[in-house]
Amino acid sequence: MSDVLGDNIPTFDSSGAENQEVGLSNMSALADTGFASNWKEALILILVACGVIGGLEIIVRVFDVPAYTFPAPSEIGESLWRNFRPLYWPHLLVTLKVLFLGYFIGASLGILLAAVITQFPFAEKIVTPYILLLVTTPMIALVPLLVQKLGFGIQPRVIAVALASGPMVMINAATGFRRTDLAKLALARSYGASTFQIFTKVRFPLALPMIIVGLMVGAIFGLLTAVGAEIVGSGEGLGNRLMYYSSRIQMANFWSIIVILAVLGILIYVIFYWIGKRWASWQA
Amino acid sequence: MVQTERAMNATGGVERSGVVQVEHATKYYKTNTGSVHALEDITLDIRKGEFIAIVGPSGCGKSTLLWAMSGLHDLTSGKVVIDGSTVTGPRPEIGMIFQEANLLPWRNLQKNIEFPFEIKKIDSKPYQPRIQDLLAEVGLTGFETKFPRELSGGMQQRASIVRCLAFDPDIILMDEPFGALDAFTRDEMNLLIQKLWMETGKTIVFVTHNVSEAILLADRVVVLTPRPGRVAHIFDIDLPRPRTIEETYSPPFIEKIFEIKDTIIQGSYRPEHVAEVTRKVAGVSARKAGE
Repeated sequence: MSDVLGDNIPTFDSSGAENQEVGLSNMSALADTGFASNWKEALILILVACGVIGGLEIIVRVFDVPAYTFPAPSEIGESLWRNFRPLYWPHLLVTLKVLFLGYFIGASLGILLAAVITQFPFAEKIVTPYILLLVTTPMIALVPLLVQKLGFGIQPRVIAVALASGPMVMINAATGFRRTDLAKLALARSYGASTFQIFTKVRFPLALPMIIVGLMVGAIFGLLTAVGAEIVGSGEGLGNRLMYYSSRIQMANFWSIIVILAVLGILIYVIFYWIGKRWASWQA
Repeated sequence: MVQTERAMNATGGVERSGVVQVEHATKYYKTNTGSVHALEDITLDIRKGEFIAIVGPSGCGKSTLLWAMSGLHDLTSGKVVIDGSTVTGPRPEIGMIFQEANLLPWRNLQKNIEFPFEIKKIDSKPYQPRIQDLLAEVGLTGFETKFPRELSGGMQQRASIVRCLAFDPDIILMDEPFGALDAFTRDEMNLLIQKLWMETGKTIVFVTHNVSEAILLADRVVVLTPRPGRVAHIFDIDLPRPRTIEETYSPPFIEKIFEIKDTIIQGSYRPEHVAEVTRKVAGVSARKAGE
């Protein structure tokens, strides 16, 4: 079949595909690291993980490290097992609620604004410095002020998360929307495409990989800000628990929260990794 | 295989055309450094079903002229008339083939071919047998679900030809379509285009900087002068068809290359100059042969 007109194409069978599917190769700091490609690799990965955790356990026990310095992994595990449902779960829900609300508002406004603003280069010039300001200023800094105005409810935290994730999404999405391929626009236009069709069928798909990157970075920034805001000004949530347990020197509980936060972060990465693989893998 | 098209046209019962008239086309571009005079008073009549090649030095405005025909760019003065009506924007009876294949990388081959139908909001279902025939014709059957990055450059360009022919345009405008391909693939594509053209009888305007390619394909070769582009000369290519790659090395073919290249270099057709150059080169070859 491939030699009908003398063309040789490389084979893209499933064994080679693992290396081909780069997905979101431009995820800056979070370089593409797929999971094991076969069971042997998986086994080694699991063994190393066991070794690291087991090693920590041994070091803590052999050197008799006090629990307030670093609790043994087994103690953290036990704390997680025992306290997750009664103690941590309600606070996890609070953090997730703040994160989702703030992120939803921030990300949708970010994408919308990026789509509109990139259509008007001059408007973009006006808005960009402020967006940069929002991106570079840690939004946690605003939380004391917001708390002062809005009280200890979830509003100040939701606003902080939206302000942290929104500009991040916007700046990446704008990069995507700005990436206009003139030949592809001409192609669509030569078939008589309307401005709306050009947006939905050319500009948006072309921008999608960058939008997904923005959504991921925005989600991670949102998580950081949500937890930070809870540390600064909240009586609930995982960030608040960090303060609470460390002030009471309940280090096993403290580290349990850290583990939960780490899992949340990884989950965000994995979710967007798969979204990227599904929707943006055309960009090798 | 593309006979289905004739059948379709026959059953459609509508006499389709494909006459392109360029009348006094003049174009100035505005750039940051001032105004560029791209085209000057170009007049050109292209008959229905004719294969026209436009050649010229780079920057002579040959692509500008093509884009003006497509309705994507407007002219400063003059007009393009297609089948009796003046072009003011993109037209449904025109299909374009671009430099490089210009496939959408997020769509598989089938979806790329259906792209024009989506834009035009036409149901592509009745055209599926036609698309299948065309895919078979260009040797891409079985590649429908492949993505552009999985195809070679030649395969991508063949897919873009299918995309263009699928909705059955009367006129095909090709803007240096094979410039990015290697020489062998280019030959192969040229033969494919000739075959498709002979089967379908479309009007084709083909912009290229490759003189040999132009002669191989065209009924007439239009040579433009350096900027601003004017018509330097129009050459009739009355070589029999189908033309083969081997024929590009035949004396009548080489003669045409001489004439056209000389016209591009001199900016006008001067038979006596061509004859002189030919004599010189022939003399060199004769000496070489004598040694």
